[in-house]
Amino acid sequence: MTKSIFISTFFHIFMIILTALSLPFMRRAPLDLPAIVSVELIQIGDKTNLPFAPKAKKILEKIKKEQERVVSEQAPPKLVKKEKPDAVPLPKEKIKKKEKIKKNKQNPEKIETEIRQVSEFEKKEIFDPNQIAALIDKSKEETAEEIKKNNKLTQSQDKSIVSSGLTLSEEDALKAQIFGCWSVPLGLPYNEDLLVRIKLELNPDGSIVNTEILDHARMNKPGQSFYKVLAESALRAVKLCQPLRVPATGFERWKDLQLNFDANEMLKG
Amino acid sequence: MKKKIVTIISFFIFFSFNSHALIEVDITRGNLNPLPVAVSPLFIDSTSENKISKELGNLNIGLEISTIIENNLKKTGLFNPLNQDAFIQKPDIAHLKPRFEDWQLIKAQALITGKVEMLENNLRVEFRLWDILAGREMLALAFTTVPNNYRRVGHIITDKVYQRLTGEQGYFDTRIIYVAEEGPKTQRIKKLAIMDQDGANTKYLTLGNELVLTPRFNPTNQMVTYLSYFRNLPRVYLLDIETGVQEVVGTFPGMTFAPRFSPDGKKIIMSFAKDGNSDIYTMNLESREVEQITDHPSIDTSPSYSPNGKFITFNSDRSGYQQIYVMRSDGSNVKRISFGTGIYGTPVWSPRGDLIAFTKLHKGKFYIGVMRIDGKGERLLTENYYQEAPSWSPNGRVLIFYRETKSGDQGEGFSATLWSIDLTGYNERKVETLTDASDPSWSSLLTK
Repeated sequence: MTKSIFISTFFHIFMIILTALSLPFMRRAPLDLPAIVSVELIQIGDKTNLPFAPKAKKILEKIKKEQERVVSEQAPPKLVKKEKPDAVPLPKEKIKKKEKIKKNKQNPEKIETEIRQVSEFEKKEIFDPNQIAALIDKSKEETAEEIKKNNKLTQSQDKSIVSSGLTLSEEDALKAQIFGCWSVPLGLPYNEDLLVRIKLELNPDGSIVNTEILDHARMNKPGQSFYKVLAESALRAVKLCQPLRVPATGFERWKDLQLNFDANEMLKG
Repeated sequence: MKKKIVTIISFFIFFSFNSHALIEVDITRGNLNPLPVAVSPLFIDSTSENKISKELGNLNIGLEISTIIENNLKKTGLFNPLNQDAFIQKPDIAHLKPRFEDWQLIKAQALITGKVEMLENNLRVEFRLWDILAGREMLALAFTTVPNNYRRVGHIITDKVYQRLTGEQGYFDTRIIYVAEEGPKTQRIKKLAIMDQDGANTKYLTLGNELVLTPRFNPTNQMVTYLSYFRNLPRVYLLDIETGVQEVVGTFPGMTFAPRFSPDGKKIIMSFAKDGNSDIYTMNLESREVEQITDHPSIDTSPSYSPNGKFITFNSDRSGYQQIYVMRSDGSNVKRISFGTGIYGTPVWSPRGDLIAFTKLHKGKFYIGVMRIDGKGERLLTENYYQEAPSWSPNGRVLIFYRETKSGDQGEGFSATLWSIDLTGYNERKVETLTDASDPSWSSLLTK
């Protein structure tokens, strides 16, 4: 008898505590979202094609209007498609966005499946407007082609557009140059993280003073021998490409440069 | 709740990233062009050259080994061996310390140099792999063997170079066993034959007076199991390639198909028909005990173990059409994995464990393809009038299979040839054999 009372009391107290703790979260918070949340909503929507919640949509439109004031002509056409503001974001947002994508990279498998599941539906939708953009502007042809192939690319591009201190054309020139030099080793395992980050110290003419593999410790770890192969291929690419096509001005800005060689998209498809 | 968590996490990450503002550029694409490699002929001094000439006849062994390496690398589709005429530096100096500028000039990114010498009666081959752009040595090894073994040295060097440059085990020091065929289609003489993976050193293992089918390598050593008809009864044989000793594992009733080893080499798995119903059985090679794995009124054939031995893939027509299934090695938990249109057969589990290769028949055409082990991600690599029986290279990158051509009413114009294709689907090559050939099986690496 006493045992039952004891158990009953225990569970009652437990339920009261649980209710007390969870009730505050039940309260609907006002939807004055900070910018970072709206960015995330856009990206999820972009992947899964879920319609925005009506309230969130209003807020997004509001933010969009605000940001339209600082429109950059160099913003890529795909941003229009995504209902994302053609804007160079404010400094805070810029860093937040960068960090958000970093997070993705650290957990590549999860993201990968998400994309794979929806990519078939997404491909067409994303493809069309960009192709049109590509037709209008030949310089965007490559961009459109990329998006057609893989939705994930849009995101990595977004990232670099927003986070790097180089302008779009400066970055495009550099990327295009290194794309041509990097022979991706094809024997890499598909189920590993295939990202190598290399820090470069550059001369004003784009020649390389020093290279440093940022995850150097990983090279000698057991079972990570593929990483050494990947890192070496990246170093070869950089050396083969030098002098790099760097901007003529702003040496201070880019004298230290980090290149993230990511073979995931190429090899995992 | 979710939003709060997101905000908090974002807040922390924001501050952690705010600390440095290095410009980052993402390189998400590269080229898949073959890597330009220079294979300098291996250097040999005059005393050693004289000694080797006595042993092997008038043979420029340094050039010969470098050509073997070059051909191996070229066939992978991943490397582009540069023309030796373009080389500026001579082999003797290159082997000591290459002038990297000279090699950069001809656009080489990697360089292989080496030295051959005779030590007493043995051949000693030393090679070095250089990273031209970084200007440093990547690998240096030496092998000692009998002079006759020089081709294998070439293959082993390729394996080491391949592994160092791609991060994946090589497949060059391997052999291929196949059924050599001669004569008109109606009266084919079929012999068991074995050759190096590059087509050299062909040897016939049977005389051709009995029909032989489906030879398969033991994944752990150089034993082969195959099927042969003796007085119209199918028999499963074991053959030790090194010693040539052959033994009968058993005579089985009715239609027997495709015996294959388990990954540990201790069992043979096959299908045969008992009371008119074809099921999958295993036989323990030590105790000779036969165990029935599937028991279904449909036709179950072509079993193949996963590399860890825990699963078996096979084809069965239990759904109406022949499709691919996977089950546990005790026969439980049978799951269908192929759902595409057409008929699927001859599933073979990749040595890497990630893919299953198969033959598919759809609208009168044969395809060789791969799918993941859950049946997703089906990719058809090659299409032809008739082709089947894929077999994996030991590293799981290349498939070898055979192809037959259309023949007339009298069997004229008929031919069977071996082909290889890699997982990209672009690097399809004919494997040269002395006669017509079918049913190839790729061995594991001879040196591990």
